[in-house]
Amino acid sequence: MNGNLDVVKKKKIQMTLVLLIMLLITVGTSMLTEFSFAQGIASIPGTIVWMATNLIPGAESMENLPKVLAKLWETIVLSVLSTTTAAIAALFFALLGSKTTKVNQPMAIMSRFIASVFRNIPVVAWALVLVISFGHNVVTGYFALFFTTFGFLVRAFIETIDEASIESVEALNATGATYFQMVFRGVIPESLPQMVSWLFFMIDTNIRSATLVGLLTGTGIGYLFDIHYKRLDYETVGLITICIIVVVIAIEFISNKVRRLIL
Amino acid sequence: MPQVLTMERKDMTEYKTSENKGQQGETLLKVENLYKSYNRNTLVLQNVQMALKQGEFVSIIGPSGAGKSTLLRCINRMIDPTSGSILFDGVEMTTLNKADLRSQRAKIGMVFQHYNLVSRLSVFENVLHGRFGYKSTLQGVLSLFTEEEKKLALEILDKLGMKEFAYKRCDQLSGGQKQRVGIARALVQQPKLLLCDEPIASLDPNSSKVIMDHLKDISETMGITVLVNLHQVDVALKYSDRIIGLNKGSIVYEGIPENLSNMAIRDIYGSEIEDLILE
Repeated sequence: MNGNLDVVKKKKIQMTLVLLIMLLITVGTSMLTEFSFAQGIASIPGTIVWMATNLIPGAESMENLPKVLAKLWETIVLSVLSTTTAAIAALFFALLGSKTTKVNQPMAIMSRFIASVFRNIPVVAWALVLVISFGHNVVTGYFALFFTTFGFLVRAFIETIDEASIESVEALNATGATYFQMVFRGVIPESLPQMVSWLFFMIDTNIRSATLVGLLTGTGIGYLFDIHYKRLDYETVGLITICIIVVVIAIEFISNKVRRLIL
Repeated sequence: MPQVLTMERKDMTEYKTSENKGQQGETLLKVENLYKSYNRNTLVLQNVQMALKQGEFVSIIGPSGAGKSTLLRCINRMIDPTSGSILFDGVEMTTLNKADLRSQRAKIGMVFQHYNLVSRLSVFENVLHGRFGYKSTLQGVLSLFTEEEKKLALEILDKLGMKEFAYKRCDQLSGGQKQRVGIARALVQQPKLLLCDEPIASLDPNSSKVIMDHLKDISETMGITVLVNLHQVDVALKYSDRIIGLNKGSIVYEGIPENLSNMAIRDIYGSEIEDLILE
């Protein structure tokens, strides 16, 4: 009993220590970077006022709406295209990399390594590198999004496969099923809802990324954002931002509906 | 419907006699000098010898970690044994290549503790999965099953009292029902041997009895050899033709249930009979 109480006391001391250390780190780093919390908080009201007066789209910027929507459509299509094609490639690599469905160990390690490389190079870096070889066009944006999405989805799919289908894979192998019978009639039915869920997550992540990539490659909504930003036309910038937010929320809504349908 | 069932049974016996392996008492499976180790220090199975006859109902009992599941999975090579020989239906299993292993596995049904069904597919689809061993990859992937195969699946489901659930999704079934689907999937393979890995360990007493009765019936009326891993000594005593006791990877008892003395149980479980819960 006494020992139990000691354990509780020890836990409390540990928690206090952890909190103290975190506080110390916060204060220390803000001193090092000359960042003042008081000043930061004090500037918030001013910022809100500036945003309200400058970023709310007026009648004049509304004339740009058809142009914004056209570019936004281009961005959505690019995002969906890169995500779906990347998902197909990722599925193959995930099947090779998963410990449930791997063909052999060397190929599993290879597949996970390749995915890791693609995943760990940020989308901005991909865009900047690819812009040199492909130039300022949609193809650059497509590949930049494709590579990062591919890297991320391989990992997400591997975890989905291992979680959802270990048991049914064992049963199908025991019946004498071939590899592809096991994959198409066992693994894919079991992991489909989770995979589709990841797919939608990546589509809406990619719409946001596509904005950034477009800024670098001179295509899509990102380019439009860049032009109007540089012209100091903040009202149109606000309009573009609002449009992006609406689309991302709409896609999240659709994804929830679809997920519930196929589950 | 019962007439169709008896026909089905007759068909299966005919099929066996035509291959001249139908006589009761013929050895179906022979395991010799079987060893398995996952690392250098521990032997999971050591020097296992056993022989199963056609239509026999044999239980393997033993404490957790004795190697029961490993032994079962070595037989259909879900786990590769370290050394030894496994002769099933006249074919040496340990040296088979992929394609031959596949056609041997088709003749061995397997039933699992956690049922291992594809839970998002229907009962009927899951049962038909048992035919994969006989189909080409494309036929399997596209779910192209013949009329006879579908009839067979429905007959087996009917026999197990699951016909009305055929189009239900497996994740809507109870444990006992899932296990009956698991057995149906194994039977649709028209196997010669049924391996059951703790088939009733996750079930309540009522469902357990239903499952064990079905397994016993399968060995008696269809002439299929049934090898069951069990935790429950009393269940093994009630249903088995023969009991094999496994402890630390070695067979420490082998014989008919009537001869399983308290001494033998102590050898298997390493404890006095009074210390075991036996009901």
